[in-house]
Amino acid sequence: MTRIAEFAVEYIQFLDPAGKPTQDIPPHLAEAEAITPMYRLMALTRTFDAKAIALQRTGQLGTYASSLGQEAIGAAVGLAMRQDDVLVPSYREQAAQFARGVTLEELFLYWSGDERGSRYSGPQFDFPISIPIATQSCHAVGAAAAIKLRGEPRVVVEGCGDGATSKGDFYESLNLAGVWHLPVVFVVSNNQWAISVPRSRQSGAKTLAQKAFAGGFEGVQVDGNDPVAVRFAMDNALERARSGGGPTLVEAVTYRLQDHTTADDASRYRDAEEVETAKQSDPMIRTRRYLESLQAWGDEDEAALKEECGRRVQEAVEAYLATPPEPPEAMFDSLYAELPGALTGQRAEAIKENSDG
Amino acid sequence: MAEVNLVEAVNMALARAMEEDDNVVVLGEDVGVNGGVFRATVGLLDRFGKERVMDTPLAESLIAGMSIGMAAMGLKPVAEIQFMGFIYPCVDQLVCHASRLRNRTRGRLGCPMVLRAPFGGGIHAPEHHSESTEAIFAHIPGLRVVIPSSPSRAYGLLLAAIRDPDPVIFLEPKRIYRLVRQEVPDDGTALPLDVCFTLREGTDLTLVTWGAMVHETLQAADALADQGISAEVIDVATVKPLDAESILISVEKTGRCVIVHEAARTAGMGAEIAARLCDEGLLSLMAPVKRVTGFDTVMPLPRSEHYYMPNVKRILKTCRELVDYA
Repeated sequence: MTRIAEFAVEYIQFLDPAGKPTQDIPPHLAEAEAITPMYRLMALTRTFDAKAIALQRTGQLGTYASSLGQEAIGAAVGLAMRQDDVLVPSYREQAAQFARGVTLEELFLYWSGDERGSRYSGPQFDFPISIPIATQSCHAVGAAAAIKLRGEPRVVVEGCGDGATSKGDFYESLNLAGVWHLPVVFVVSNNQWAISVPRSRQSGAKTLAQKAFAGGFEGVQVDGNDPVAVRFAMDNALERARSGGGPTLVEAVTYRLQDHTTADDASRYRDAEEVETAKQSDPMIRTRRYLESLQAWGDEDEAALKEECGRRVQEAVEAYLATPPEPPEAMFDSLYAELPGALTGQRAEAIKENSDG
Repeated sequence: MAEVNLVEAVNMALARAMEEDDNVVVLGEDVGVNGGVFRATVGLLDRFGKERVMDTPLAESLIAGMSIGMAAMGLKPVAEIQFMGFIYPCVDQLVCHASRLRNRTRGRLGCPMVLRAPFGGGIHAPEHHSESTEAIFAHIPGLRVVIPSSPSRAYGLLLAAIRDPDPVIFLEPKRIYRLVRQEVPDDGTALPLDVCFTLREGTDLTLVTWGAMVHETLQAADALADQGISAEVIDVATVKPLDAESILISVEKTGRCVIVHEAARTAGMGAEIAARLCDEGLLSLMAPVKRVTGFDTVMPLPRSEHYYMPNVKRILKTCRELVDYA
């Protein structure tokens, strides 16, 4: 018998849950200048998240998917990308979207059930949030194929969760990315739960990262609650993709501290004890502790950050709540580039039926 | 000017579109070296290179989904699904994304893609190769569904579909891929989408059809003419959005309507056309609106498919009933 192929999955962690380095951090990532922007973005995202849930509970926002506990991934991914890269997000990547220039107000609008929330004023080529699981993987590789065809130094980053890695679209996309050597990075936020199905029942694979090897490229597993580890893996993956080295899969191991969405009740299927344990690995705690150990962060900074985040979120909430709903004809006006004649009657009907008269 | 058949006209339109716009790319299973199993893409690889003529892995959902990604980035992908029987994994991508990307981003991103697929029965093809399920796609808001019935309409409509800024499902009736040859000038002239084509004017009866059934319907119209019955024949061409206006105007003149389609009857496009006639043309009607269609059965395998397919005899019998009615 001859061994014809071997694969190994590496695990990367730089900061332990207490914020202590577990190995030497590369100098450019070790300093406060690299960490602080991620920490600030994580804090902003968490403030947004708490406000979104509060608004939903008081009937002022629709069903919302929290990213509580997963902020390090989005912050590191979003800040590692260049502006003209393309993000193809799932619905729990608020931090990455904010880093890309999607506004707080836009995401409030989106989760309130308003299409204008996906008409991003910032990143023009970023895709809107994909709700159907893993379908966006196919868009990501298509976008990457377009970039490669044009010879542009841009990279597409696709975000999905652990559940998505079971779907055909995910495998089909990995397969294409590998065989076409596409400039794409797949970021799997493995938060342990696909609604009520735990990671252990989602896949028999030891890691989700190893699914990349079937596609013919590298997969790496990182501590997703360690922004330094995520950033390190993303920098490598983006550089590889940008320089023609093809795709990478980054499995970021984290934990969904909240319910799946505000319409879910996770106490039906998981133990409170497990959640309490997971809170010990909160990415905010270790990031702050590490910054404190660099003498780069203190209580005053924390208070100022809290104030700033609260103010920005409040301003966004006020702007969102002051935005009147679209008129009925809006559901026709972006359906096609130009409304077909066959629909003008229905458009007029919708206006008439919804008028006060 | 050379005469071409329908599949050659498709090829000609693809080459023309690729020539005039670098953003047009062709992708699908076996579309490159092999030139497509029906040869619709033959020669394109040599002419435009493998960067723009892409043999994809065997993965239909991916083909639709990656086309969406390409389209959102400004390319104009023309993807081939080898047979309509294999298009169903694409439905997720079409319903959830292609049809709504423009709407859900309020115009920030568009989806100018074309998904081509050969469809329909009558060529003794294996299982899953003969269905006509255009109504599934016509039901999806935000899509266009276009079906040519001749070489010249294949050329003109495909060019229009590729140039259109929104997603188009372009269904090619493979039974007539090589049935007739026509002179088709390769001059880049597109035909209009969203409108019916009146193939023959008449005064007694309106026959509404599309795709391969246009041929049986025209034969039926010839036979009716021999009996002194003047039939107007309308090729719907764009089944979604439906140009009901042209059909209503015709039926206003003739007072009778028969809709002919190969697809199964229930919830087929014929039902929509009949509903529109009842809704907006009731007072023009002198007789019930009738449909000549495939049956609500699973499409039979080749030895029995002739039991299923609408034919000239069935069309004539139904027309006769309407003329006798009033």
